[in-house]
Amino acid sequence: MKSINGTQINYYFICKTKLWLFSHNIQMEQESDNVSLGKQLHETSYKKEKEFLIDNLINVDFIKNKDPIEIHEVKKTQSMEISHEYQLLYYMYYLKKEKDISNTVGYLNYQNIRKQIEIELTEEKEEELETVLNDIKSIVDSDVPSPKKSRICRKCAYFEFCFA
Amino acid sequence: MSKKNYYLLSEGILKRKENTIYFVNEKGSKPLPINKIYSMYAYGQITISSQVISLFAKEGIPIHFFNYYGYYNGSFYPRESLLSGDLLIKQAEHNIDFSKRLKLAKLFVEGAAKNILKVLAYYKIENNIKNTLTELNESSKITEVMNVEGRIRAEYYQYFDDILPDEFKMEGRSRQPPTNMINSLISFGNSMMYASVITELYNTQLNPTISYLHEPAERRFSLALDLSEIFKPIIVDRVIFYLVNKKMITEKDFNQDLNCCLLNDKGRATFVKEYNKRLETTIKHKDLGRKVSYQRLIRLEAYKLKKHVFGMKEYDPFVIWW
Repeated sequence: MKSINGTQINYYFICKTKLWLFSHNIQMEQESDNVSLGKQLHETSYKKEKEFLIDNLINVDFIKNKDPIEIHEVKKTQSMEISHEYQLLYYMYYLKKEKDISNTVGYLNYQNIRKQIEIELTEEKEEELETVLNDIKSIVDSDVPSPKKSRICRKCAYFEFCFA
Repeated sequence: MSKKNYYLLSEGILKRKENTIYFVNEKGSKPLPINKIYSMYAYGQITISSQVISLFAKEGIPIHFFNYYGYYNGSFYPRESLLSGDLLIKQAEHNIDFSKRLKLAKLFVEGAAKNILKVLAYYKIENNIKNTLTELNESSKITEVMNVEGRIRAEYYQYFDDILPDEFKMEGRSRQPPTNMINSLISFGNSMMYASVITELYNTQLNPTISYLHEPAERRFSLALDLSEIFKPIIVDRVIFYLVNKKMITEKDFNQDLNCCLLNDKGRATFVKEYNKRLETTIKHKDLGRKVSYQRLIRLEAYKLKKHVFGMKEYDPFVIWW
């Protein structure tokens, strides 16, 4: 379980091909406008807050040391909400399992609409996450899944790679 | 993508002031904003500082240098930022496994030949290339594949005499140095094509020295040679036909010596301009459903190769479809 990072959880819900490619270090050159926008957002918003890297694996956007501890993730738009939710759930799950920290609450911060969504790690969610983690492992260890064209592909940095 | 290729045709100095590059020559100082540069082709004698090189490295911009004859001298190939060991292994595997290599070598020749056929069809020239191409089926060695490729190209070059006016007669392919105008144009164009492919390969994770048709031992970016074959007929050769038939390039654009013929400064400028125009020309891509430039088509070819070695989809060389 240890080697799975937040991006992989995120991609699992978006596209299995992307998950496989990313996991095998097949990255795209950083030319896509969306990629640079995301980077920009990363560099400019919540500047006073510090990024938090755990075990070189879990990259939390920022943490507020309250009771419970607030785990924050910043996103551009709400369009991939489920993937965002599980990414954040995974951070909380990881803290609980690996660091014995369970008094956490997650927040998704949506920049464009200035909205915050609270996420809670329930037992049910934990079970779901475990299924997801196992699933990710088997996808990454198998042959690359064929890309399936969908509405979201056009904005993806891998679009040309997948469909040329 | 708003980034551009820059072509330095005159003598000058590349300077860096903060994050802007200036090209300084006798005409003055011209700023080249760093985030607008996609790649650079230097034909004139250029003085360059290490500060310029480090900025190019940081931004991932390759520069290609050509000598007095217009031959490719070498590139500044910025350090790789997108390494993938998995891909390198797969790429090598497709070379070491002979049947896999042979398959790819044949596909490169097939793609090149099909593009040649398209060019000849445009000029309504009957030919025997299709028949020669069928011999690929029986080729069981790379040298045999190369031989088929060589014969196709030799036949194709003969037809240049039917396409171009008399003064541009081919009289056999000559290089290093080219002895007449048409040979000079072909050499000049092919080395530009080679450099353009290197730029695209730099922007993928493919290793440019592991090739399939050409021998990887050639001390060159031999994968760029492989991919160039696909694009030479539809980019370089068409630029030549266009420029010569429109009389945009004439005898006046060459310096002729006893056994050497080279484009002069004006000729180079005309060629480079038209070549770049061709790279920037867009077409509507069938599968992507969006507009794609010829330059981008080279990149897509590299992606297709990547997918081939990963076993995602068999490489199907680009053949112009209009």
